[in-house]
Amino acid sequence: MSVYHHNKKRVIQTMFVIVFIIIIGQLINLQIFSTKYRIMADNNAIYRKVIYPDRGIIYDRKKRAILENTIMFDLMVIPADAKNTDKVELCKLLNIDTTEYRKRIVTAIIKNTSVKSSVFEPLLSPELYAKLNENIYKFPGFMLQERSIRSYPYNTAAAILGYIGEVDTGFLRRHRADGYEMGDYTGLNGLERTYEKVLMGQRGIKRFIRDNRGRLQGSFENGDFDTTAIAGRNLYTSIDIEVQQLAEKLLQNKIGSAVAINPKTGSVIAMATSPSYNPNSLTGSSRRKNFGKLLLDTARPLLNRAIKGQYPPGSTFKPLGGLVALDEGIITPSYGFNCMGAYVNCGKPVRCTHAGGGHASDLRKAIAYSCNSYFVHVFRMAVDNPAFANPQQGYLKWKEYMNTFGLGVPLGIDLPGEVKASIPDTSRYNKDFGGFARWKSCNILTLGIGQDRMTATPLQLANLMCIIANRGYYYTPHLVDSIENETIDDTVYMAKYRVKHDVTHIADSTYRIIQDGMEDVTIFGTAARLTVPGHKYCAKTGTAQNPHGKNHAVFTAFAPKDNPRIAVSVVVENSGYGGTWAGPVATLLMEKYLNDTLTEASEKRAEEFSKIDLIPAAIKQWYYRKDSIRIAREREKEKEMEQRHDLDADTTENIKTTFDPEAEPNKKEDNNKNNNENKIIKQTPMLNNSNNKKKKKDTTLP
Amino acid sequence: MNYQYHSMRASQKTDYLIVGLYAILVAIGIFCIFMVEYNPDINIFQSFIQGNTNYSKQLYFAGLCTIVATFILLSDSKIFTAFANLFYAFGILLMLATFVIGDNINGSKSWIRLGGGFNLQPAELCKIFTALALAKFLSRQETDFTKIRSQIIGALIALSPAVLSVAQSETGLALVYLSFFIVMYREGLPATILIIGFSFAALVVATLLLEPNVLALILTVIALIFIYILRKQIKKQTKILTFIILIWAACVGIQKFAVPYIFNNVLKCYQSTRIYSMIGKDYDCSKNKHANVNPAKPIKKPDDYNVRQSKIAIGSGGLLGKGVLKGTQTRGKYVPEQHTDFIFTSLGEAFGFVGSFIFLMIYLLLLFRIVRIAERQRSAFSRVYAYSVVSILFFHIAVNICMTIGLFPIIGIPLPLVSYGGSSLLTFTVLIFILLKLDADRQMVLR
Repeated sequence: MSVYHHNKKRVIQTMFVIVFIIIIGQLINLQIFSTKYRIMADNNAIYRKVIYPDRGIIYDRKKRAILENTIMFDLMVIPADAKNTDKVELCKLLNIDTTEYRKRIVTAIIKNTSVKSSVFEPLLSPELYAKLNENIYKFPGFMLQERSIRSYPYNTAAAILGYIGEVDTGFLRRHRADGYEMGDYTGLNGLERTYEKVLMGQRGIKRFIRDNRGRLQGSFENGDFDTTAIAGRNLYTSIDIEVQQLAEKLLQNKIGSAVAINPKTGSVIAMATSPSYNPNSLTGSSRRKNFGKLLLDTARPLLNRAIKGQYPPGSTFKPLGGLVALDEGIITPSYGFNCMGAYVNCGKPVRCTHAGGGHASDLRKAIAYSCNSYFVHVFRMAVDNPAFANPQQGYLKWKEYMNTFGLGVPLGIDLPGEVKASIPDTSRYNKDFGGFARWKSCNILTLGIGQDRMTATPLQLANLMCIIANRGYYYTPHLVDSIENETIDDTVYMAKYRVKHDVTHIADSTYRIIQDGMEDVTIFGTAARLTVPGHKYCAKTGTAQNPHGKNHAVFTAFAPKDNPRIAVSVVVENSGYGGTWAGPVATLLMEKYLNDTLTEASEKRAEEFSKIDLIPAAIKQWYYRKDSIRIAREREKEKEMEQRHDLDADTTENIKTTFDPEAEPNKKEDNNKNNNENKIIKQTPMLNNSNNKKKKKDTTLP
Repeated sequence: MNYQYHSMRASQKTDYLIVGLYAILVAIGIFCIFMVEYNPDINIFQSFIQGNTNYSKQLYFAGLCTIVATFILLSDSKIFTAFANLFYAFGILLMLATFVIGDNINGSKSWIRLGGGFNLQPAELCKIFTALALAKFLSRQETDFTKIRSQIIGALIALSPAVLSVAQSETGLALVYLSFFIVMYREGLPATILIIGFSFAALVVATLLLEPNVLALILTVIALIFIYILRKQIKKQTKILTFIILIWAACVGIQKFAVPYIFNNVLKCYQSTRIYSMIGKDYDCSKNKHANVNPAKPIKKPDDYNVRQSKIAIGSGGLLGKGVLKGTQTRGKYVPEQHTDFIFTSLGEAFGFVGSFIFLMIYLLLLFRIVRIAERQRSAFSRVYAYSVVSILFFHIAVNICMTIGLFPIIGIPLPLVSYGGSSLLTFTVLIFILLKLDADRQMVLR
């Protein structure tokens, strides 16, 4: 019996041991052989917080900050953690309804899964931030994230500086290697976009211990694994913010653009486009609303006309026509043409403002009097140059010249979206004239006076002035002169702006004749009424015909004549004479830059000029119509804008609006793109697109 | 049975190893609760004094238990034998009273409010009374535990509180009473009953793990193998064949019909879900009779949050642990009920495998020591009581730790002496110190 009991004791003890061995076996399995639990614990408990560094600051040429940072907060949400949140109270705080709440949560889940944080309400106003910060403990799953917001202290230079915006999935796909995450911001336009990598800096990561409700308990391992955020580097631009402000002021109530470049370096001093907008309106909480408004504006304030507007240069092209002929050796500066008021050698006459009197007896006079006949003739000589087998060859040579002068090619300024404008190819004319080489110089003669299919951007026109001012070379125009702590890696940005481009092989004395001709313009020519106090300057006016209504006023100039420090081009759309509507802008800008101030008289003139309203009636009517329907359709419009807010400015052309021929007579239906026969058309009212068929009348006023 | 009748001189030698192990475990318990509740912003000393936190409360409970233990050691061991049945009757009455005056705490109506923030769980106390009553019954001169009648009475004594517990929705506590079968086995209950019980459990698990038809096939194959092996005996005695076929039929019947019936009709939806989730399967609650099925509502995912977090905590401890107060799972309060049922996780996370192993060895030492004490008793009462104590302890330890490491479904069973809880600590203290008192007086003849 005792032995039997002894056995039973052993059985019981064995049972204990077996169970303990099983437990220990499982512990070995869990604690020693499984590594996943450690990772799972870390995933549970360690919260990675991305620390956004301050973006780089952009300075003007006098080291004034023109784009800097302020702090705002985003309300972030992790949908999975937000299930128990006090929906009703949050909605009350944010002034939204629960349907909107649910919509945003669903959007967040679609965008960024339910376990990662997404932006719920971006860029809270200070009052809202204060309220939320007090009550955030009531809303599990929601948190406030500090966000450095851009601010533009001068409320100006919107088109140059650009703006930042939240990245979308397409952007993330394209920039997979750059470490962007959903909810990050990136430069979407202007310098913000071009120099994104310089400005963004390097994000840091802080690790925190977080409890089961997502509340932070303190830093992880005393922050040993944290990486610090490295602030973005600053950019030093050549912009003179005062000149820029003046330019924008002068272009108020007009549509157009002005570009000022320092010809010695290619540094852009000012680049204005009008209509513009206050860049600060795209930073705060009302960004969405404002962006929608800008995007739908028919005057297209988001378009930087300085690099995207394509205008026929008109008469401002003439000095260049002379340069080509000189460089090819077709003419000498003393070459003259007997103009009797029109160029008649090709049948249909091209009228000229002056008649007889030897106003085109040499190059200088031809420029000074802006003789159409002279330059049409010189152009024809270039195309029909006997050195080439046929006019097409001659034309190609001429086109090559244009390209070296920076026309018909993008110059490569450090702004995104620069267009190349147009110097048409021979194939274009082959098509126009119904077959290969069925055209001669006579058919395209108005190219010689900057019309026909030729277009240029204001930037290209300013660059032309640089070439003439420099007597044969230019530096690629650029806004950023230097990057803070520049390294060898930054050559990718800066190197191309430090290369001198020699474009002609003409003696300085010949250039002097062209400059003299341009100076004559300012003494007794079309710009005679305009002065730059204290400086001799050279200019060329242009009044470019276009199929969109009144002529575009074009004005190009540089000053001082002997030691040029500024080259300017100004275009005012649909206004009239170049000397009247574009000239004052250019001379005032030069005066401001060269003298650092305006004389009292100039100040007054600037004030008056800025008040002149040259916006075409069609656009005004559009505004009027919009205003009147706005009140009635407030709600619908808001919805519409929300759907469109994330479209980029560059995609404006894809925005479809209902065409109203009464309101927008300049619009044309682009059948190539919209074959569907409903009344949906592209919105391209203000620009010269190359749709203009062969022109009927090519006459240029001086 | 060669009982030696010594003189009546009572050895007052208390077994200090057990007292020491007891103290160590209670201390570990308070320390673990401290790790769970640690808040760097609060002055530790102050919080211990003020008694706002669970670790300070547990410290007070430990103080109370010391007083109770001293009283037990100073008492006369005869009262335990004398009043065993009375205690048991009192315990059963208390449990019945719970149905009338009990309060619903944590979803089970098994508590009686004592006032002053203290609550009593009679089912907990009843363990002591049952152990005493069983010891009393088995130690009677006239009890012959080899007889079925005695066995049934013993089982009734052990299982009556369990039935009442189930009625109070305290399934976990009810299961504890199954541990008395270890005692009864020691006292002569045939091993076959235990084996059948285990086999049934194994069959249930197999049923859960395998497809019904596959399992039926396997059982059939096993039966055929037995028939093949025993074919010569079968030729002599056809009874054996009938027997095997009967067992086979019973097994298939159980796995095909009985087990699904239990899961769908006896157990509640959440209980079935927990048991299924332990083996990594989803339980379809729509099959459950108790579930108020809402067809529009999608069936929830297996409710394995607790055990997942518990496994993460223990698993992330690694070999040496993360160190005191460095456990992220513990600090972040990811494990629910970590200061009570899941207290082992804080230890596993902080001290890793090495710490857990040492901790388990302390328990094993305690169990072995009690078995040794049990075997050295001269009176059947003391021996049965000692085995009751060790069985209850073992059952608690095994089930609690197995449930934290995912080897057992989650049922609310505390870890003896370590988990937070006054009732639990007091119960185990009383259990152990009555044992020590009986052991100290083992030279006295107790009947």
